[in-house]
Amino acid sequence: MSLHVGLTHFLIVSTILFSMGIYAIVTRKNAIMVLMGVELILNSANINFIAFSKFGNFGLGGQIIALFIIILAAAEAAIALAIVLNIYKTFTHVNIDEIDNLKE
Amino acid sequence: MSLYDIIFYLFAAITISSGFVVVSSRNIIYSAFALLFTFFGVAGIYVLLGADFIAIVQILVYVGGILILLLFGVMLTNKITNVDIRTGSIHVLPGAIAVGIILGLLSSAMIWTEWKTQPSETPVTTTTALGKLLLNDYILIFELLGILLLIVLIGAASIARREQE
Repeated sequence: MSLHVGLTHFLIVSTILFSMGIYAIVTRKNAIMVLMGVELILNSANINFIAFSKFGNFGLGGQIIALFIIILAAAEAAIALAIVLNIYKTFTHVNIDEIDNLKE
Repeated sequence: MSLYDIIFYLFAAITISSGFVVVSSRNIIYSAFALLFTFFGVAGIYVLLGADFIAIVQILVYVGGILILLLFGVMLTNKITNVDIRTGSIHVLPGAIAVGIILGLLSSAMIWTEWKTQPSETPVTTTTALGKLLLNDYILIFELLGILLLIVLIGAASIARREQE
């Protein structure tokens, strides 16, 4: 691993981003923070796809997959926030460690 | 150390430091705004990787769409009048240890693997090629994603609406 920026550098950045997303998911109470952790993880996967698309000389397949991941992330955020708003209406908070019923 | 390297380290520092603020800040509003800078940093990394179209989509969709959605979620699920937008953490120490192990394993795998790198030619604009790929090779997934977005729109509206009494 030299100082000159290559594939490994991008992979390391994406690994750090992935670890921070996992940390947000396992330790934070607020459901919105868990969603932010999921977004961090999706971004790190995107960096990996685009890095391999450039350095592996595979053409543009990796970039297409990254585009699909961004669309799926938007869909996931919309549905998850609808669910979170419903949880808030039922329990008046969104702390996922205290939500253990499907209905009141 | 060329200009490319310096810009890479700059964007990597922006991404990682603001990502650290996202996961460590106790105020969820600060986390949301740090997430904005994380997304911008990731968009810069995309540009460095020669993916200009994806970088623009990242800024449009993530910063313009998902982040606004998350901010709506923050505002709608906290009692703003009581100014209680702090959020706690649970299992911090075991979580940090587990994440440290994951980080060590993954990064050692990334560093010690002999990747067969074969850099592509000078970066070209990718928009035209991406559009051709989307409407030829990936047309089925493209259409399916359109249907998925329609279903998500209807589903989110029907989940989040208030029930009539």
